[in-house]
Amino acid sequence: MSKNKELISKIGLRLDGRRADELRRIRCKMGVFAQPDGSAYIEQGLTKVLAAVYGPHQVKNRQKAQHDTCIINTQFSMAVFSTNERKKRPRGDRKSTEMSLHLQQALAAVIETDLYPWSQIDVYVEVLHADGGIYPACVNAATLAIIDAGIPIKEYVCACTATLANNEIPMLDISHQEEVLGGATLTVAALPMSGKIVLMEMSQRFHLDHLPKVLNKALEGCKDIKVILDEAVKNHVAEMGSSTGWANSRT
Amino acid sequence: MFTTKSFIKKNKIGNFLKNVREHYIRDDISCGVPNCTKCKAEASSFLSETHINKCSLYNFNHFVILDTNIILDQMDVLEEPVISNVIILHTVYKEVKNRSLPIYKRLNAILDNPSRHFYVFINDHHQDTFIPEEDSILINDHNDRCIRAATSWYIKHLPANHFVLITDDNKNRQLAIAGQIPACTIAEYVKHLENKSLLEDKLSRKDFHTESKGKEIFPPHLSTAQLLNGIKQGILHQGTFRASKDNFLEGFINVEGFTDPVLVQGRSGLNRAVDGDIVAIEIFKKEQWVSPSEIILEDDGVSEEQIEDVEEKEKVLKNTTVQDSEIKPTGKVVGIIRRKWKQYCGILQGNSDGVYQIFVPANRSIPKVRIETRQADFLKTQKLIVTIDAWPRHSRYPHGHFVRALGRIGSQDTENEVVLLEHDVPHSQFSEEVLSCLPKLPWIITEEDEKRRVDLRDIDICSVDPPGCTDIDDALHCRPIKDGKLEVGVHIADVSHFIRPGTAIDLEAASRATTVYLVGKRIDMVPELLSSNLCSLRGGEERFAFSCVWEMDQNANILKTRFHKSIIRSRRAMTYEEAQITIDDKTQTDSIAESLRNLNMLAKILKRRRRENGALVLASTEVKILMDSETMEPLDVEVKKMYETNSMVEEFMLLANISVAEKILDDFPDCAMLRRHPTPPATNFDPLVKAGRHLGFDIQIDCGKNLAESLDNAVKADNPYLNTMLRMLATRCMLQAVYFPSGTLQKEDFYHYGLAVPLYTHFTSPIRRYADIIVHRLLAVTCAADSTYPDLLDKQKSSELCQNLNYRNRMAQYAGRASVAFNTHLFFKGKLNDEQGYILYVRKNALQILIPKYGLECTMYLVKKGETSIFEYDEETITQKAGDVVFHTFDPVLIRLKLDSSNIQHEKFTVQLVEPHIPGFSVSPLAELQEGMNEEGAKPVNERKRKSEETKKNKKNKK
Ligand SMILES: [Zn+2]
Repeated sequence: MSKNKELISKIGLRLDGRRADELRRIRCKMGVFAQPDGSAYIEQGLTKVLAAVYGPHQVKNRQKAQHDTCIINTQFSMAVFSTNERKKRPRGDRKSTEMSLHLQQALAAVIETDLYPWSQIDVYVEVLHADGGIYPACVNAATLAIIDAGIPIKEYVCACTATLANNEIPMLDISHQEEVLGGATLTVAALPMSGKIVLMEMSQRFHLDHLPKVLNKALEGCKDIKVILDEAVKNHVAEMGSSTGWANSRT
Repeated sequence: MFTTKSFIKKNKIGNFLKNVREHYIRDDISCGVPNCTKCKAEASSFLSETHINKCSLYNFNHFVILDTNIILDQMDVLEEPVISNVIILHTVYKEVKNRSLPIYKRLNAILDNPSRHFYVFINDHHQDTFIPEEDSILINDHNDRCIRAATSWYIKHLPANHFVLITDDNKNRQLAIAGQIPACTIAEYVKHLENKSLLEDKLSRKDFHTESKGKEIFPPHLSTAQLLNGIKQGILHQGTFRASKDNFLEGFINVEGFTDPVLVQGRSGLNRAVDGDIVAIEIFKKEQWVSPSEIILEDDGVSEEQIEDVEEKEKVLKNTTVQDSEIKPTGKVVGIIRRKWKQYCGILQGNSDGVYQIFVPANRSIPKVRIETRQADFLKTQKLIVTIDAWPRHSRYPHGHFVRALGRIGSQDTENEVVLLEHDVPHSQFSEEVLSCLPKLPWIITEEDEKRRVDLRDIDICSVDPPGCTDIDDALHCRPIKDGKLEVGVHIADVSHFIRPGTAIDLEAASRATTVYLVGKRIDMVPELLSSNLCSLRGGEERFAFSCVWEMDQNANILKTRFHKSIIRSRRAMTYEEAQITIDDKTQTDSIAESLRNLNMLAKILKRRRRENGALVLASTEVKILMDSETMEPLDVEVKKMYETNSMVEEFMLLANISVAEKILDDFPDCAMLRRHPTPPATNFDPLVKAGRHLGFDIQIDCGKNLAESLDNAVKADNPYLNTMLRMLATRCMLQAVYFPSGTLQKEDFYHYGLAVPLYTHFTSPIRRYADIIVHRLLAVTCAADSTYPDLLDKQKSSELCQNLNYRNRMAQYAGRASVAFNTHLFFKGKLNDEQGYILYVRKNALQILIPKYGLECTMYLVKKGETSIFEYDEETITQKAGDVVFHTFDPVLIRLKLDSSNIQHEKFTVQLVEPHIPGFSVSPLAELQEGMNEEGAKPVNERKRKSEETKKNKKNKK
């Protein structure tokens, strides 16, 4: 079985040349669209995700409106060309609904929802290319888009995957190839600054003894990602500011 | 830490799927050379500053870089601690892994050894040596380019040091030299090494056969492309080649789509296939199909050029193969898809001088091998290991090279070593790391232990084992409780208390899988302190046990079952014989005697019930070799004695195993370690049914129960041994019982055919079987005595473990038999005996005879070389007739057995017929010959032993 394959070779490198605790290369850009209130594009390795945020605005379905908080409406979709096989992916299938829900859960943990009663925020994410770690990329992209939209958040919410390579070494940011070859993958969405975990999901059954070390590794990954996102936000703000002359005073 | 590098994409297009993968290029990869100022020092590099590779081709010290072909072909040279300071490129390393896993493992062993100074340089992720794959060039060329690029980089990177590329690929070598890289072939390199000693003997001869000399003996093989094409079109078929052990010019190939294996015959049919190879065959038209020859042919060729004797034998073969009703699909090998050559044990034929020698493997399925050596005189006295490199068309024998010598031929130690190696039995000393896992002495039972275990020290428990047994796994008790009920306990050594999951001792035991018993030698699965002391349930000592306790009524019905860990003190460790005497001696009325009697009573009921359900009683000869404890020479060979108590212990072990199997499957539906015995396919029974038919018995094989019944009914008054012979034949029809994790199969496949139970496992021998340790751990979880760990619950891991256990068990069984066979030979040395034997098979030119007294099977040829046979073979009834004497299957014969030691390299039994008397063929009985002389060496032929003594199950292996 392919599962026997070593994810980390004897000399300590993964199949793509990374070490166990290294993330794939992350590239991101904020404000990629003019139309939405906020938008972002992120690449984690070959996984590419677009996110767009509308709102806060009035609740469309008035019956759902709440007096003390705002509704976060998330919608997840995958482009037909996002995987090896071209496949029509209807919106609202089981997987998308689940993803949307999980995404909502992660964002609800950081958005200061009580500032916007009777209102709604729409978050759309679209996977352009899937190469493992789709959910983390969506969360990270959505975080950037929310920041771009200027919606106040408590802190960043970042997500990352981790697994156990060769049944002993915890390993970060799993690519599609590694997902297929390896065992259970742990997906964690967390607030890296406070260390709170928002969401945790296992792809397969997994012995409890392994959990602490894999979880720790995933949290480390979330922290690393936060640093990168933070840098991107600062650059973006500086860029925006410089075009308006606002940031000139700093340089 | 975060160091992602710029990346390029790897495109792999196939099946219209576009696969894009990332490939990171790094700047933190070290060259591995000590004291390099440009790289960060790599702690894991074993490259040495002080080691010097002395090769007279180069007048400077140098590091060696190897091409893939050198690693794949010349591992025996590399394993010698001569060439060191070797850099293995990662591209090469990966290719080796893809091409040959065994070689990859051996390479890893060298890499792990610091004194060999090997280092893996990750050239494919290094920023300066990475070369993108281009679509236009072949993978092989790309790998060669990578090797040259990395070597050039090393030369530039460290101008003060020198690097030499060794490759047997001509093109690569020429291009390297053109690119200012010092390069040579391995043969040149080894030849000019200063300290080469006999390294040249170990060079693989793969590329030396290009010079074609003499006539071509074999038809050519088709090219790989032709083979693949042919298979795709259905013209050719793929399968694993199995050589016949009896006839070197015959073999079989199991091919998908054919129920019978496909027969291949003769030089052109076999066409250089070696046992185990995956071959492509062409199947003849049905008109050309023949039946297997049923004759025995041995290859007694002496040199690689002469083939006259083969041609003659091929004629014999042709004459004997007839196209009758027994025809099998027949074909010929047209090409080799994958060689499965291994290392083989054997000896030199020794009848020639010079550097070319013929090697005779111990395994009769393997052809003789031609090797080249400069130490032939020494090697002639040795058992040695040889590997095959190539088999060119012009050579009668494959070409190979000497790997190493094991020791003097005929010495007990050498033979044990050979048996262990041949059967891949891990037998090195336990490492320090393993020994450090052992408990410190004196070992005492603490209060904590007492709290966690049920104290059974006041119960009269005893153990019953073969004499001299020091690894006592099991002990029993039986006592009356209220309402006329009985409490029966089986107490098994609590090995899992001492062997904790994941420790060095655990890994070692898992890899060994079983204790291996050779004559006069035991290779333990766990160190002796555990196997013979702390775990062994010795008489009078307090020990930890895992207990399975039943409440039973007088009819052996189980009313209640419970499992718990306990502390016991066995009152007495008895032998089967002692226990039998205790039971039979009515004057003994102590609790042990009573308990044994009750157990025996219950066991008889259990056994009867089991047989009614269709459990098979099979037979095999298990012999015991009495050794002289001083000289370690066999004194006598005898069939092991069986008592009622053997069967008594066996019944309760079976019952415990079944109870435990039910329990662990309940709690672990996915990963319970169980044991199944698959129902053999009907064709397996052909020899049995055929033999039965000729004797007038109808052997029913549709289910185990009918088989058991028809075996019971197959009795003839004039040949009491016949039934045993039939059962022995039935044993050979069976498949191997195997371990498996419950989650991998459907429930109906859990069935144990031999025992006729739906569920079975091994629980009762954890000292000598690793499967039992796993079962103990599972059971401990179910009774809350222990906790789980990841691998225990991982179906995949359990499945891998089972594969290893099954493999090791099979090998251990074969090793045990091989050891007995060798010692039987040793026993017969210089003796001349007349023995009672039985005909196992009637062949066209020979009789296969079994001598139950020694468990020995030998061949009596009916035709001597160059003579015409006085025997007539009747194919209808499978009999041989001479005058008025007719030989049927299972007929008793008296034969003279002599070990022919005229050629010390190749001892074999010669068998002569004594009775029935056939003028001109038989010899007169020894007793007559020796009348008046002293009777040294000759023993009266044993009367047939009581059948019950010989009919039995091999308790340790068959279950
Ligand atoms: Zn360097």
